[in-house]
Amino acid sequence: MAKSVKKFIEGNNAIVDGAIAAGARFYAGYPISPSSEIAEGAAKELPRHGGVYIQMEDEISSMAALLGASLAGKKSFTATSGPGFSLMQENLGLGIMSEIPTVIFDVQRSGPSTGAATKPAQADIMQARYGVHGDHSIIALSPSSVQDCYDLTITAFNLAEKYRTPVLFMTDEVIGHLRETVTETVPAPSEIFNRVQPAPEMSQENFRPYGYSSNMPAPMPAVGDRKFLMRTTGSTHDEKGEFGPSPENINRVTHYLTDKIEKNVDDITITRKYNLDDAEVGFITFGCSVRSTMTAVDMLRAKGVKAGMLQIVTIWPMPEKEIRGVLSKVKTVVIPEMNLGQLAGEVRKFNDYGCKIIQANRTDGILITPQQILEKLEEM
Amino acid sequence: MVTYKDYMLFDKLPHTWCAGCGDGIVLQSIAAVFAEMELDKHDICLVSGIGCFGRVDDYLDINCMHVTHGRALAAATGIALANPDLHVLVTMGDGDGTTIGGNHLIHCARRNINLTAIIANNYNYGQTGGQYSATTPVNSVTSTSPYGHVEQNFDICKLAEAAGAGYVARATAYNPIQMRKLIRGGIEHKGFSLIETMVACPTHYGRYNKQGEASRMMQLMNEQSISVEKAKSMTEKEREGRLITGLLVNKDRDDYYTKYKRIIDVLNTDRTEGK
Repeated sequence: MAKSVKKFIEGNNAIVDGAIAAGARFYAGYPISPSSEIAEGAAKELPRHGGVYIQMEDEISSMAALLGASLAGKKSFTATSGPGFSLMQENLGLGIMSEIPTVIFDVQRSGPSTGAATKPAQADIMQARYGVHGDHSIIALSPSSVQDCYDLTITAFNLAEKYRTPVLFMTDEVIGHLRETVTETVPAPSEIFNRVQPAPEMSQENFRPYGYSSNMPAPMPAVGDRKFLMRTTGSTHDEKGEFGPSPENINRVTHYLTDKIEKNVDDITITRKYNLDDAEVGFITFGCSVRSTMTAVDMLRAKGVKAGMLQIVTIWPMPEKEIRGVLSKVKTVVIPEMNLGQLAGEVRKFNDYGCKIIQANRTDGILITPQQILEKLEEM
Repeated sequence: MVTYKDYMLFDKLPHTWCAGCGDGIVLQSIAAVFAEMELDKHDICLVSGIGCFGRVDDYLDINCMHVTHGRALAAATGIALANPDLHVLVTMGDGDGTTIGGNHLIHCARRNINLTAIIANNYNYGQTGGQYSATTPVNSVTSTSPYGHVEQNFDICKLAEAAGAGYVARATAYNPIQMRKLIRGGIEHKGFSLIETMVACPTHYGRYNKQGEASRMMQLMNEQSISVEKAKSMTEKEREGRLITGLLVNKDRDDYYTKYKRIIDVLNTDRTEGK
């Protein structure tokens, strides 16, 4: 039986435990509210597991160091919030282009700029998707409980390793500082995905650090491997990792970087349904807003209204199929979120069904309440 | 016998650099040092940034990580800490290493990360057309200082020394034998080492400042050079405008990972003892 332990901790603490359980052994970061507990936890725990914590001079260098460490074979992670997430975009792009796995925890706070540094928001969703310049796709998960912070952290590392790409973990101040009971189960070796290595019969001459013939990444030996030499670059490259600026190659790489995520959406997508099967009023939400929405659904059900909720756990790539499933079944969809409608805009893209879409937004740095969500529904 | 050729990718030649550029001399020096030391390719990782000299990795048959502008030292920090057995080399130009990446340079030196930084200083941004960098001498002309540069330039070696670098050296492309010796010393030094290599940019800097063709620029570089030993007997005024070449700083200090590893070992000894 798998070893498990019950703890009463904050979401930010559970992330550190999840990262260690997933095999992460390197952290580079820069302290920022409301994510600092993750840095502190990593500083304490990593050396106990033979790993390294380093506090860099900024978030730009932190992201670069994460990629270097990952290339040298250590699973790496960092934690940040809005201003730091902005600085990370540069080398997040490098990670996407170079295809180097790592995990970034964005404990979202109110912005833009310094904003209200200690107050929650869910307003980095579009930055997560489009903050990096150039065409690409991204994987981003969004937890709604401390349990999620542990379990989905392991999932995030697995996805990063499998798809050889940086993965974003879009948590928020509410979940980060929420204290609740979590059962931390040590994953079995079969539940941990480590980056694919070249086949034993592969020779250095035939080895290529990149591949574009399928929607899955090429094997990734570490720098320091005894048999293979690795070559990664943020420049558009060919299979050898050498600069390849021909029009055909640029086009091929652009499509590949998007396709390896978008064409594997069924494998990547995680959603949860709450009372959705017979629902006439649908709610679609994510992160901390899930908690208030579940109560709103319960309150409606108590009044005899058939309400249900779709929780989007994989916020990117957006789970189109599941969202369409709700839009095609119900007449009204309410979208609670702590921003001015970043998820709502995405849901509208899929609304070919004439479904009425109601936004329930809160942007004052206080967690949206079930009453506020229901008021928006009643206004309509 | 192992030669520099064993570490190079010849299918990529001729290289991208302009005729008369010194970057090729530094590239050859690096590969020659690998050969001299008979290093196993699998034990070397070169991290390069963006700029003319950031293209060095294109021609080397070793582990290479080509990163974003200015961030090579930061990426190399991750590599050096994740695998302390590697020889990590970082190749940058003056723009990459001391201008956009200046903050990473001083912190990397301060932390004493075990790597070798090789900065090719040509006083300007060659790849983008000869704009000024943090090492462009005051009053000189570049494409973005057409009326003379008003900023004070960095002395890269002094900057690295002040930030705590244990090994600091300067060599010119005029003297590749000395350059090789100093690069080798940097690789052998445990901790942060920096070698500033002076290279001519006849296409931009030389042209804007009427320094003549590449060979004349090389001569000028040599005329400006004085050895560390000679510099000691000169007054500060006499040293003005001269390039002091040779080993400028050489002192031992525990590198970051050596110190961090002690913590790892203590923590894990405590654990096995059941504390």
